[in-house]
Amino acid sequence: MGIDLILKVAGIGLLVGILAMVLSEAGKKEQAQMVTIAGVIVVLYIVIQGIADLFVLIKSVFKLY
Amino acid sequence: MEIAQVVGLAIIVTVISAVLKQIKPEMALQLSILAGVTIFLVVMDKIKLVIDLLQKLADQANVNSYYLFIVLKIVGVAYLAELGCQICRDAGENALATKVEIAAKIFVVVLAIPIIVAVMESVMKLLA
Repeated sequence: MGIDLILKVAGIGLLVGILAMVLSEAGKKEQAQMVTIAGVIVVLYIVIQGIADLFVLIKSVFKLY
Repeated sequence: MEIAQVVGLAIIVTVISAVLKQIKPEMALQLSILAGVTIFLVVMDKIKLVIDLLQKLADQANVNSYYLFIVLKIVGVAYLAELGCQICRDAGENALATKVEIAAKIFVVVLAIPIIVAVMESVMKLLA
């Protein structure tokens, strides 16, 4: 957890954005769409793991069982 | 100085998210969610200290820890609801955010039922 995870997400976002831009410039609209969706899913996986960590911690701190 | 870490992280995320919003808005949203979760994780360790202190004080004052746990649970529900509500509002889902708030209020009232009943019983005892 921490800044490295955030930088990872930011890097994936920039990379996917540039890739999608290049692919759509090259006339491959479908591939650009696929790259975008794949990027969103990968980032969502990371974010959900972070949220799960947070929820476990909150449940243990506030005794919400 | 953990506040410096939090502020630095927030500034970095704000700058990256301003760039990312023009290229991929959905990624910018997820980045801000992750940043919020990270800041919450940093703060949560400190909250744990405060809660331990409260528990110690309650033990010394002979307060039933059952009631303290109810208050803690209510605070936890409020924290979680605030997090979810602000994420929804960030993404422009105002209706969903309002519904999360309503759900949180209802859960808080349900958690507070034992306290309300206890107050009522002591009032009845005084009146009888």
